[in-house]
Amino acid sequence: MTGAVLRLDEVGKSYQTGTLHVDALRGIDLAIDEGEYVAIMGPSGSGKSTLMHILGCLDTPTSGSYRLVGVDVGELSEDELAQVRNRLIGFVFQQFNLLAHLTALRNVELPLAYAGVPGEQRRRRALAALDRVGLADRVDHRPRELSGGQQQRVAIARALVTDPALILADEPTGNLDSRSTRDVLALFDELHDQGRTIVLITHEEEVAAEAQRVLRIHDGELRTPAVSR
Amino acid sequence: MNWTDTLRTGWEAVRTHRLRSLLTVVGILIGIASVILTIGFGQGAQAEVRAQISALGSNLLIVTPGSTTDASGLRGGSGSATTLTMDDAEVLASEVVAPDVAAVAPVSGGPQSLTSGGTNWTATVNGTTPSWLDVRNRSLSSGRFLTHQDLENEAAVMVLGPDTASELFGPLDAVGQTVMAGGAAFTVVGVLDSVGSSSSADEDDLALVPASTASSRLSGGSASVSTIYVEASSSDRLSAAYQEVDAALATAHGLTAGDEPDYTISTQESLLETATETDRTLTVLLAGIAGISLVVGGIGVMNIMLVSVTERIREIGLRKALGATPTVIRRQFLLEASVLGLAGGLLGAGLGVLGAELLPRFIDQPVEISIPATAGAVAMALAVGVGFGVYPAGRAARLAPIDALRSE
Repeated sequence: MTGAVLRLDEVGKSYQTGTLHVDALRGIDLAIDEGEYVAIMGPSGSGKSTLMHILGCLDTPTSGSYRLVGVDVGELSEDELAQVRNRLIGFVFQQFNLLAHLTALRNVELPLAYAGVPGEQRRRRALAALDRVGLADRVDHRPRELSGGQQQRVAIARALVTDPALILADEPTGNLDSRSTRDVLALFDELHDQGRTIVLITHEEEVAAEAQRVLRIHDGELRTPAVSR
Repeated sequence: MNWTDTLRTGWEAVRTHRLRSLLTVVGILIGIASVILTIGFGQGAQAEVRAQISALGSNLLIVTPGSTTDASGLRGGSGSATTLTMDDAEVLASEVVAPDVAAVAPVSGGPQSLTSGGTNWTATVNGTTPSWLDVRNRSLSSGRFLTHQDLENEAAVMVLGPDTASELFGPLDAVGQTVMAGGAAFTVVGVLDSVGSSSSADEDDLALVPASTASSRLSGGSASVSTIYVEASSSDRLSAAYQEVDAALATAHGLTAGDEPDYTISTQESLLETATETDRTLTVLLAGIAGISLVVGGIGVMNIMLVSVTERIREIGLRKALGATPTVIRRQFLLEASVLGLAGGLLGAGLGVLGAELLPRFIDQPVEISIPATAGAVAMALAVGVGFGVYPAGRAARLAPIDALRSE
C-alpha cells in the first residue's frame, strides 16, 4: 500500500447539551491506508456516527488533528471543506438520501455539477457510474420508481462518480432486505478489489465480516488495536 | 456550479413544490395586480377630470364681474356686480385691442320658466353670440345654431340643451317647435349635443337665445352680461391673451393703476391644477394602500421561503455533503425566490392589465394603465422576492451539513 489516506491523532469530540457534558469521542488514533476496506462497529451511542461525520468532514473535532490525503482538515475554510467533500469523499447513507424529484442520472450528476464539470462530460461519467452499479437501464427513473436496493446502488454510483479518495458508508444496508444487502456488499467487495478505499459503519457482524479490518468503538474509544487482518 | 445549473436547480425546486410555489406566486400576483389597478384608477380619474375641464372649451379665459358694494357698504360677493357689458365683449373681440383672442362669447341671463303646450320646465336661458358654440367647444345634434342675422334681427329663436329639449318635448324632435319664455314665443332652431359624462348637469340643461333678443325681450333692455368666455388663439398664447383682456377691460372700465379691478379673469389652467392636485393626492393614497398589500405579499413570500428552508433542511445537508458551498446554496434559494417573485410580478401585471380592460365595462369608472407603474410593480415584485428571500437563503447556507443531515 502506498501510504495513509487518512490519519487521526488524538481526535476528540465533546458536546455541551445544557449542563450535560458529553464526550462523544476520546483520543482516537487511526490511520487508514489507500485501498483498505475498513468496518467500524459499535452499538448505538458508541460514537461511531460521530466518527463517521468527522471522517466525512461533515463535522469538526474539538481536539486532535485529522489529515485527509495529507491535508489538515481543521485548517480549512468552509468553502474548502465543501471542496474536500466534493472531490475526496463519496458518501453512502442509510436513508439513501436521493433527491426525490430528480432522475437517477441527475442524482448521480449532482456532485459533478457542484464540481463544475461541463454538461456533456458530466452525463458521460454519471452514465458510466450507473452502468458500474448495474443500473444502466434505470437512468431515467426517479427514486420512488426504484426498489430500496436499486436506490442504494444509485447512491453508490453517486459516491463513485467523482472518483473520490475515500468512500464512506454509514449503515448502507440498514434499510435493505437480505437480498439487496448481499448485492450492495458484493458491490463494495468489487470496488475494494479495484483498489477503492472504503470505510463502512455498521452494527451488524455479518456486514462487518466482509471488511478487511474491523474496528470496534465503545463509549467513544477504539477498543480494537488498529491492526490489519 | 455555474448559473445554468443553478437556474435549473431553482426551477426544479419550484416545479417540485407546486402548491407552495403557486401560493407564493398568488400572494405576489395579487399585490402587483392591485398596485397596477389602483394606480390605473387614479390615472383614469385624472384623465377624466382633465377631459371634463377641456370640454368647457379649449384655451378658455372666463371673465366674470367683480362684487357690488351698496350704499350701506354691504358687499355682494364675486359676480354680483353688473359691470360687464356687451360693449366689453365687443372690445375684446377687436383684433387691434386683443390680437391673441380668437373668439369671444358673452353670456347673460338666468333661470326662466319655459312652456310648451301643457309642459313647463325652468332652465337657464342665456343670451349669447354665434361664437358661443366654438368657444365652449360644443356641437349640435340637430338643427342650427344662432347666426349673426338672428343677432341683428333680434330674432325670437332658441337653441336648447339636450336635457331641456327632452324635458319639454320628450323623444320628439324639438326643432321647429315653439317655446314660451318671459311672455315671448321662441322658435326652436337647434338642439345641442350632450357634453357626455360631465358631472355638471347645467351644461346640458340650458336654452340659448341671441344676446340682442335676450336684452330686449327677457331682461328689459339691460346690456350687462354675467360671463364673457374668451378663447385664446392657441394654448401658447393663453397668457398673452390674459394680459390683453386684462388691459383692455381696465381701459374700458376707466381703471387706473392701483384700482381694484371690477372683474375677475380665471383660466382653465387653475381649475385643472386644483383638480389634478386632488387626484394626485388620491393616487398617492391608493398607491400607498397597494404598496402595503405588496409588503404583506412579500412577508408571505418570506414565510413560505422559511418553511421551504425548514422542510428541506435534509436536502440542504445532502447538497452540502455532496460539495455545495454556502454560496451555491444561498444562490439556489435566492434564485428560487426571484423566479417566484418574477412569475408573480408578470402574472400580476397581466391580471392588472386584464382587469383594467374589463372593469370599465362593469363599473362607470375609467382605468388607465401606466406603463412605468406596471414596469415598476414588476421590478418591485422581483425585489420583494429577492429581498425577502435573502434571510431564508442565508439561513439555509449557514446550516452545518451534519445538523442538516440529522434533522428529520
